[in-house]
Amino acid sequence: MTQPLLQVKNLVMRFGGLMAVDHVSLDVNEGQIVSLIGPNGAGKTTVFNCISGFYKPSDGEVLFKGKPMHKLPGHLIARHGMVRTFQNIRLFKEMTVLENLLVAQHMHAERNLLKGLLNLPGYKAKEQELEDKSAQWLERVDLLDFANREAGTLAYGQQRRLEIARCMVTQPTLLMLDEPAAGLNPQETQELDQLIMELRDKYKVTLLLIEHDMKLVMGISDQIVVINQGAPLATGTPTEILSNQDVIKAYLGEE
Amino acid sequence: MVPTMNESISYFIQQVINGLTVGSTYALIAIGYTMVYGIIGMINFAHGEIYMIGTYITFIVIAGLTLLGIESLPFILITALIISMMVAGAYGFTIERVAYRPVRSSKRLIALISAIGMSIFLQNYMRLAQGSRDLAQPGIISGSWSLGTDEFSVNLAYMQLIIFVVTLICMILLTLFISRSRVGRACRACSQDAGMTNLLGINTNHMIAATFVIGAMLAAVAGVLLGLYYGVVNPMIGFIAGLKAFTAAVLGGIGSIPGAVLGGLILGTAETMTGAYFSAQYKDVVAFSLLCLILLFRPSGLLGKPEVEKI
Amino acid sequence: MTKKPLFTNLTSAFFAAGLTLFLGASVMGLRLKSEGITLGVELASAQTFIELGLAALVVFLFQLFRDHIPKLTSNTKARLVIPAFMRTDKQQRLWLMLTLGALLIFPFMTGRSNIDLATLVLIYIMLAIGLNIVVGLAGLLDLGYVGFYAVGAYTYGLLYTYFGFSFWQALPIAGLFAAITGWLLGYPVLRLRGDYLAIVTLGFGEIIRLLLNNLTEITGGPNGISSIPKPTLFGLEFARRGDNTFHEFFGIAYSPVHRVIFLYLLALLLVMLSIYIIRRLIRMPIGRAWEALREDEIACRSLGMSPTNIKLSAFTIGATFAGFAGAFFATRQSFISPESFAFIESAIILAIVVLGGMGSQLGVVLAAIAMVLLPELAREFNEYRMLLFGLMMVLMMIWRPQGLLPAKRSHRELKTTNAEVK
Repeated sequence: MTQPLLQVKNLVMRFGGLMAVDHVSLDVNEGQIVSLIGPNGAGKTTVFNCISGFYKPSDGEVLFKGKPMHKLPGHLIARHGMVRTFQNIRLFKEMTVLENLLVAQHMHAERNLLKGLLNLPGYKAKEQELEDKSAQWLERVDLLDFANREAGTLAYGQQRRLEIARCMVTQPTLLMLDEPAAGLNPQETQELDQLIMELRDKYKVTLLLIEHDMKLVMGISDQIVVINQGAPLATGTPTEILSNQDVIKAYLGEE
Repeated sequence: MVPTMNESISYFIQQVINGLTVGSTYALIAIGYTMVYGIIGMINFAHGEIYMIGTYITFIVIAGLTLLGIESLPFILITALIISMMVAGAYGFTIERVAYRPVRSSKRLIALISAIGMSIFLQNYMRLAQGSRDLAQPGIISGSWSLGTDEFSVNLAYMQLIIFVVTLICMILLTLFISRSRVGRACRACSQDAGMTNLLGINTNHMIAATFVIGAMLAAVAGVLLGLYYGVVNPMIGFIAGLKAFTAAVLGGIGSIPGAVLGGLILGTAETMTGAYFSAQYKDVVAFSLLCLILLFRPSGLLGKPEVEKI
Repeated sequence: MTKKPLFTNLTSAFFAAGLTLFLGASVMGLRLKSEGITLGVELASAQTFIELGLAALVVFLFQLFRDHIPKLTSNTKARLVIPAFMRTDKQQRLWLMLTLGALLIFPFMTGRSNIDLATLVLIYIMLAIGLNIVVGLAGLLDLGYVGFYAVGAYTYGLLYTYFGFSFWQALPIAGLFAAITGWLLGYPVLRLRGDYLAIVTLGFGEIIRLLLNNLTEITGGPNGISSIPKPTLFGLEFARRGDNTFHEFFGIAYSPVHRVIFLYLLALLLVMLSIYIIRRLIRMPIGRAWEALREDEIACRSLGMSPTNIKLSAFTIGATFAGFAGAFFATRQSFISPESFAFIESAIILAIVVLGGMGSQLGVVLAAIAMVLLPELAREFNEYRMLLFGLMMVLMMIWRPQGLLPAKRSHRELKTTNAEVK
């Protein structure tokens, strides 16, 4: 059996005396959708931050395509193909929707200053390529009409879609979404559901989500990882998790 | 002539004493920086100018008292201290109210520029008020003790002792104030969580003003002490002193008052040592270099806690 | 808003006026003067007290009628409306041509000192648009910009002193050295948080000045470097006598103004080139990266962008412009000394950038012109120049922090040729 795309082994994160993440392990196989759930304050975003390089883990290992990531800074991890979103949307609000997508493709752009200053054909072609790709994704997330609007003027649901488009335009292998359904109405959640499936099926992206919307989670996840107060609680398929006593206790409290 | 062992040791100890003297005054100014940064997260660029004003007031008071025929040194010292502190406190209060409060909620750069503008304004204000040239008032409190034996002697100037004592008294009073008094506690609460403090009914604006006033008064004390020690003043002394004091505050850990003291002492000593053993011209370079080094390798300072960015 | 009765502000008015009197009297009331080896005081002149009284009165009235004065508080969303005759592209191009024409004709219509002044304005424009990249576009707090200016100037000065370099030989090297200095400085410090970055850069600026001042054998110390040569036109010198003089070559009478005009035109050319280059950079990936970084560094990291590299690029490119400006300054003055490169210069250039509206090149250019010309026009107030400058900085930050001309930058537009039209 081929190795998992993402392997997290015994991840630990300490802030001074506080143990925010207590030996969490999880595997994500290529083509899977894995959800990370747990009560509020369980440390899910901290786990994300550790995996994606925004925090330096106190201990443990993170392997992506077999390569160790846990000592790398966030931007290098992103270049390896692991891209994430944030709980509070971090769009470039004063830049237009199109510009947001162009910036995201910075690593694929023609960055040679001389070629750009002289407006050489190679440079122009590359810029056009970036624009085309942006247009493609804007179309997919239904934001093409808003391409020239400032990102900050978009409605909440639209901003969320833009954030995902922005990630996809970097051609990631693993997409980590932090509460993508937060603040969305049922219809938008349904569309998100379809989008995620399409990302997996059509664009061959593997997904790791943090989510609170149980309907969404149970519906699309191949695997669910439950953590509580920083420590792992249970791992399994949706059906297994639903019937797991410990999980029920953690969410609903003792009888 | 090669210095003897004793002479070398004496020289070294002398420099340490000199360094700690200057360092204590840096500490006094640094406290003002660290307190303001702790409570509103801003660098009070104009703080050095308060110190400068304190020095000018000292000279004015001394000259004025001399004119009135008063010669008693303790009286002169105490009066200079009190009046300087009052004036500096008033300036600190006004500066906060006029240049900082309106921009407190703006972007960092905006507040910084307002502060720089205030600093430039005060330098030139003083220049118009008292002229741009050096004004010298040497040797008010002169004389020193010679400690030790003939071979191994160190001078402790009276002024140096006064600096140590006054600084110590200020530290003690400040510590008592911060930890015991109502206002002091409120200031501390403010620096930890302004929003919550506000909700608890404490007027954070008043606390911030109090912080500025206290910091200004301490800077004024430094102005009095250094004015008497060096005996010279001009409108630009605040700039360099301010930078050095800020270095001290960062060195010790910005936001930490003991840190500011520690930073001040270390900086003063390092600077004096450089001047004594290397070259007097490079004293200032030492201060700036220390600043850069600290920020590069340990930005949280010696006594500060490393901050974790919340994402 | 309900109008409060006149007298609720009375106490605060008295307090403010009283405070003004106290502050002023304490510092201006007794004037220090040298008496032998010590200091004496004398009562300040009647004029001073009258001025103080007036100031207190103004403060009193201001506080009293504060609620009735139209509010001038910061209106951060206000943008300057572009006048009707400047809106379309065609109109703007026309105005640009006209302005350019005027700038080219200008030196032939006026006297030497005016042209000289114009050259100084151009030098400051170059400095300002360079700093604009660092502060306005990339959002980095740089208080040590004058250091790069000094590096540029002294590179030329030293290359001339030790190797006899001419202006044209030294100019590119000045830019290069400034860029290298920017890179070396930026590399360790750019990861620091805003305020700290500001202070460290300030410290570096001061270190550079102190080194230039103290390394006397190498740099001439406080005496500086003099007789720095002026630029030539393809080898033609602008001198009265010589092997290869300009006026001989073209068969015209010698005039000292030729040199000045030439320098002005060179500066104009360089500034226009710089503005053009920066305009292109803004529209290139690097410019997008600067803006993104300014908006949200964390988001940049999540997309694989290296914040340090992006900051470094802004810092280095900004420093290069300062280096060129420095070389120009050296040749204009023919004499440089560490005195010209003190912190106040960094503050002035920063003020220009903020005043002009950070990120807006046009605004910055206009602000530079204003900042250099106004003190010249109001010579009688020279004493008060810096005082008013400081005051202006504070007031601008309180009332209009977005600058005078925060014109919206033109965004990249998507032409829906490749996408489905809905």
